[in-house]
Formats: sequence, structure tokens, C-alpha cells
Amino acid sequence: MNALQSVVVANGLVSAFAVVGLLVVLSYYLSARLTHNRIHGSAIAILIGLGAAWWAGNITGGSRGVADLGLLAGIGVMGGGMLRDFAIVSTAFGVKLGELRKAGLVGTLSIFIGVALSFVVGVITAALFGYRDAVSLTTIGAGAVTYIVGPVTGAALGADSAVMALSVTTGVVKSVLVMACTPWVARLIGLDNPASAMVFGGLMGTTSGVAGGLAATDPKLVPYGALTATFYTGAGCLLCPSLFYFLLRAIVEA
Amino acid sequence: MIIYGVALLSVCLLVGQFTGELLGQWLGVQANVGGVGIAMLLLVVVCESPRLAVLVKGAAGEGIRFWSAMYIPIVVAMAASQNVVAAVNGGMLAIVAAVVAVVLSFALVPVLSRSANASSQHDSATPGADS
Repeated sequence: MNALQSVVVANGLVSAFAVVGLLVVLSYYLSARLTHNRIHGSAIAILIGLGAAWWAGNITGGSRGVADLGLLAGIGVMGGGMLRDFAIVSTAFGVKLGELRKAGLVGTLSIFIGVALSFVVGVITAALFGYRDAVSLTTIGAGAVTYIVGPVTGAALGADSAVMALSVTTGVVKSVLVMACTPWVARLIGLDNPASAMVFGGLMGTTSGVAGGLAATDPKLVPYGALTATFYTGAGCLLCPSLFYFLLRAIVEA
Repeated sequence: MIIYGVALLSVCLLVGQFTGELLGQWLGVQANVGGVGIAMLLLVVVCESPRLAVLVKGAAGEGIRFWSAMYIPIVVAMAASQNVVAAVNGGMLAIVAAVVAVVLSFALVPVLSRSANASSQHDSATPGADS
């Protein structure tokens, strides 16, 4: 048993390929058997992944899901930022520039609308929960943009660490929601063509949420959504601690 | 050669990330601004360039297609390494803010993409037929 364990740990990434492969086989089986393919196999795989992360987090008390279980540490490498970004870029293979140009303007616009909308929702919610100072309001609002924009903004403004934690959590909840809910609402919101995928990526913005949500909906749409989503966090980091903070401070102090 | 495609993909990602870092520094933002997006645009441009076809044709293209097909398994691994406990136990503020932000953003998707399709279809002979 010890020998098996040391082999699995020593070959972390390779073990992750095997485990994820088994999980995907199981998911497609469940998709065919229980739902007659109505629920996409990859949607089920992602939901099982999220469930496993919840289960592992409760056991280990860590923040990286199953990657905190020694035996499955390779999953953290496989699903980490480096391979994720590498795979996202590869999905652009075969995309036509013309398709991108068609929705270019609206796609760009959707990034700014998306950042502003999430920020305003975060600020209003924080205000309803009793926060009154501009720094805390801005930090929580930025967390509703993405879980990267939140702490970047909080650090820039010198926010309280409890507020920072709350801000990151808001972003994580948003990302998990987008991952889990997108396949269910896709048809309702017309998410079935490159243009709407670009708008979707721009409005949602969370790279992992959009990446997971579109993968479970229609893999062909992934590059279009991912392209706009990757500019969203940058736009949020640009706007939240500067323009949005100054506007908010003017409103709060008035 | 498969490695041509894989190497091309790597160079696109590295150049994109580097440009994104520089853009972030230049804008005074503590984040990478669109690095992955720039890398994707780069790959699209290389693919459409006839002079660089050797990097994407045949086996070289398979090197890129392989990673593209690995995308979903990688996303599954990513989902399995999220901090879901924190999301579930996030407290009401985090949950309310996130749910409202996501619902409103979902609702705006059809509104904005309708205008995207409208602006790209000047021959509006069939009004109301949104594709």
C-alpha cells in the first residue's frame, strides 16, 4: 500500500490525468444513462469536481479543494493557472478573425458594462449589510467583479483584512456560480453563437467561471468567451481602485 | 512535427503574458491585463498567415489540437481544486452580492448580443429573426 502511495505521489500530474480520465468516463456514463445526454457529460464532470472540492476542503481545511489531499496534489497542477491558460489559448486554434471582428465592439463594451454592473451590485449589497466607508464598499464591490480584482483593490486602498477576505469570498462564490449555472441558463439567454459568447465572457468576466461554464455548455464557444473574459480582470483592476473609488467616495461623503 | 505546434502555442502564451504584464505596469495596475487574450489573438493571426503555415499545418496542428481537446479535462481539474468550502460558507453578504451580480449579468447577455448581431447584419430583410 505504501509503495502504491509513493508511486502516485511521485507521479502527481500523471496520476491526475488518470483520475480525471476516470471521472470523465463516469460523467459521460451518467449523462447517457440518467439524463439521456440532456445534461452534457462535461457539465456533470465539472459539478462532480466542485462537489469533490467541497468534500476535500471540509476534510483538509485547505483552500485548494482536492489538491490539498496529498494523493491528489497533481490535480492542482493539472487545473492550475499554467495549464489552464495554455489550454485556453489552444482553443483559439481555428478561430476566424472575421468572427472576432463581428462582435468586437459589443464584446469590448460588454467588458466595461460587466465590471461596472458587478461592482455596483457589490457596493449596494455591502451598504445594505451596514458598510458605510468608501474603502470597504469599494473593496467588496471589487470582489463582486472577480476574486482577483477584490484583493488587488483592497491592497491598493489599505482595506481591513476581514473586508478583504469577504471580498475574495464574494468573487469565489461568483466564479463557482457561473461554472455551475451556465449550462442551465445557456438556452434562455441565447448563448449559442460566437457573438453571444463574447458578450457572455465580457459580462461575467471570471476566467475560471467562464472557462468552466462554456466548456459545459458548448466547447466550440470557449475561445470567444475566454477572449473577452481575460481582459475583464485587467479592466477591473484598472477601474476599481481609481475611477470607481473616487466616484464612490464623492457619493459617500456627500 | 508536433513540437512545432506545441512550441508555437507556448511562444504565443509567453509573449501574450509578457505583453499583459507590461500593459499592467504601464497602466499602474497590479495585474496582468489581458495576457491570455493577447496570446489568443496572436495564435489566430499566425494561423491565418500563409507564410507561417508550416507551424500549424498537418502534424504541427495536431500539437495544438491536442491541448485544445485537453481543455475540458483541465477545466474539470480546475473545478476540483477550487475553494468551494469558502464559497458555500461565504456568509450572506458574499452570497447575495454574487447571486445578484451573476443573475443580472446573465440577463444582460441577450440584450447586448442582440445588438451585436444587429450591427453585423445590415441586410435586415427579415426583422425579428435573431440568429
